Amino acid sequence: MSAEADVFLDTLKIGEKARVLGFNLPEEHRQRLLEMGLTVGAECAVIRFAPMGDPIDIKVRGYQLSLRKREAAGVRISRL
Amino acid sequence: MSEPAPSAAVAPAREVTRYVAIAGNPNCGKSTIFNSLTGLRQKVGNYPGVTVEKKTGRFFGSHGEAMELLDLPGSYSLQIRSPDEAVARDVLLGRQSDTPRPDAVICVVDASNLERNLYLVAQMLELHIPVVVALNMIDVAEKNGVVIDLMALREKLGVPVIPMVATRGMGFVELRQAISRSPLPAPTTCAQMPIVLETEVMALARQLPVANEVARAEALLLLTLHEKALDEVVHHDGAIVGATKAAQQRLRASGIDPISAPVDARYEWIGRVCAAACHTGESHSAVSISDKIDGWLTHRIWGWVAFLGMMTLMFFCIFTIAQYPMDWLDGACTGFADWVGRHLPESDLRSLLTDGVIAGVGRVVVFLPQILILYFFLGILEDTGYMARAAFIMDRMMSRVGLHGKSFIPMLSSFACAIPGIMATRTIENRKDRLVTILVAPLMSCSARLPVYALMIAVLIPVASGLAKAGIMLCMYLVGIFAAFGMAWFFKTKIFKGETPMLLLEMPPYRMPSLRTIAIRMWERAGLFLRRAGTVILALSILLWALATYPKPADPKATPAEALAHSFAGRMGHALEPAIAPLGFDWKIGIGLIGSFAAREVFVSTMSIVYNVETKDKEDTESLRESMRAERRSDGRPVFTPLVCVGLMVFYVLAMQCISTIAVVRRETNSWRWPLFQTAYMTALAWIGAFVVYQGGRLLGLQ
Repeated sequence: MSAEADVFLDTLKIGEKARVLGFNLPEEHRQRLLEMGLTVGAECAVIRFAPMGDPIDIKVRGYQLSLRKREAAGVRISRL
Repeated sequence: MSEPAPSAAVAPAREVTRYVAIAGNPNCGKSTIFNSLTGLRQKVGNYPGVTVEKKTGRFFGSHGEAMELLDLPGSYSLQIRSPDEAVARDVLLGRQSDTPRPDAVICVVDASNLERNLYLVAQMLELHIPVVVALNMIDVAEKNGVVIDLMALREKLGVPVIPMVATRGMGFVELRQAISRSPLPAPTTCAQMPIVLETEVMALARQLPVANEVARAEALLLLTLHEKALDEVVHHDGAIVGATKAAQQRLRASGIDPISAPVDARYEWIGRVCAAACHTGESHSAVSISDKIDGWLTHRIWGWVAFLGMMTLMFFCIFTIAQYPMDWLDGACTGFADWVGRHLPESDLRSLLTDGVIAGVGRVVVFLPQILILYFFLGILEDTGYMARAAFIMDRMMSRVGLHGKSFIPMLSSFACAIPGIMATRTIENRKDRLVTILVAPLMSCSARLPVYALMIAVLIPVASGLAKAGIMLCMYLVGIFAAFGMAWFFKTKIFKGETPMLLLEMPPYRMPSLRTIAIRMWERAGLFLRRAGTVILALSILLWALATYPKPADPKATPAEALAHSFAGRMGHALEPAIAPLGFDWKIGIGLIGSFAAREVFVSTMSIVYNVETKDKEDTESLRESMRAERRSDGRPVFTPLVCVGLMVFYVLAMQCISTIAVVRRETNSWRWPLFQTAYMTALAWIGAFVVYQGGRLLGLQ
């Protein structure tokens, strides 16, 4: 819909904030992320990466959630 | 069907008046509340057919009325993804066969993480079951600068809300009062679904053959199942599943996504609840302290240092400190066996008591110190929140073989002993991951293998330097690690195929652990081990004693070696010879293998009997070593060539050879299928390993 290429959660750097736009994930994974509060429109921020670079620790709805880059790469976002 | 209450005539005050379930997200303090309410009046069992634990306890309302409290597995949602969550859902919908539908639910909510915790509450309110919200950790919320307006929260949720600080015992009087109230009204409000969705929900609800009050909740849960889960529905017939799929089609056509619409609706509702009831002010620390600790503990370098340090400490304690009580218990059992031996005449009964029963009991209780120490550490790691960090740090490495970070600690613990290691797999939610971890954990070289390694190294190189010994030892550990990870990879990619489960790990803020909760858990685990695994270990020990004792030789003056050769075990050793000949093992080694099926370290004492050597204590294997080195085959070649020694060690690295592990796997998987499969595959692996060493070595021209 927009001219820009989609941005995904795994490309954020530490401290960057974003808003969730949508998902390119299998239904069961999408549902789990939604129920953990990562709904479309929710804000999130990258807090840190694990020592080996994966998983990613993010903040969403006031708590910290870790997910692997593989799944983060399926979360479409816009940087805030 | 319902809880068997004592007869009213005998103990009217003890009759269970209410059946209450306690639910909540992981890390919300649910166990602390459960433990405080029920104390030690707890029972742990299993739901039929699944490995999910069913924990119930008795507690008393504000007027002394007895109530039954059912601890539901911690879950984020009623939409299932693990057997635990399925059980929670089925109990609340009243379709778990052995458990009545609860009269009320205490829903524990972490006040410092209100939004996400309220998601489960939102689902509970849809169930038409009376709900009492236990708003736990309000102190933490306040420190974070969140002020919760209780009146507003009660009004918005439409149910009683009790502020609590469970770790400091605050709020229990009020909680008891709230749950004792009679009658407890059902909730009056819940999240509104979009109108199109609601219409489909009601239409589907009318077709469901369930009671009216749960029909809407069931229909909503069905409609929001993703396709794969829908194909696995077992509680409804094909017509219902078909109707659900058709309804989902219609919803999608009208622009409503059945997966996200209900979740969005609930979070929108939660947003309104929080907007009315929460006022965020100035934050005073807690989170930032937690952040600072994480800055160190998940640091690129210091994170590893801290992690390795903590694992070393835990491993050291399990491995060495446990040794003192273990030796003491071992000594007590041996001493008792000696005492019995002195006071009973030489007979089969004496032999049964000393070599069968007491040795079997010793084999059980000797694990207790390790289990208690492990559960102490696991409790601390879990309660402080470090367990999530350990999984976070190790996930990358474990993901290479298809497991995730949480499998690491059980595998590490298995270096000390597979029993506590396998018991520690309970922290892994995913069923397949947990099973694979259980299946490979015994490949890690445990401490019981050390005596075997020590003996075989002594036979291999009588004058081995410390360095050579350590080197061989290290190789054996590496073989075990390599096999464990290789098999994990094999199981995950070849046998338990299917989607790789995603990792979603909540990183709770660091907290002070509750020693009371940890102590109760240690007590509970030790009791479970003694009851469930202990009985199996004892029975199998007696069976193995019988195999090594009967039938007796006709000549009463036969040496112990002759008697053993004459027994079933001896005959089995002979019978086994064709199977183990390709490994270079003779029938005497076969007897050792059968004798040590109970426990690996028994190999040393069995070989002492076979070679007719008197060993005064376990450390003294010199004479046994010499006898083994002197042993010749019929053609005059030595039996224990270097290849046989190494092959035998490799065999012991890979083979199951431990009935205690079998018993614990049986208990943890709730069936005989997995322990038998595991024994079979490990024995096959051991055979192949020893075969490769022996035959491969011979091909290379070695002896």
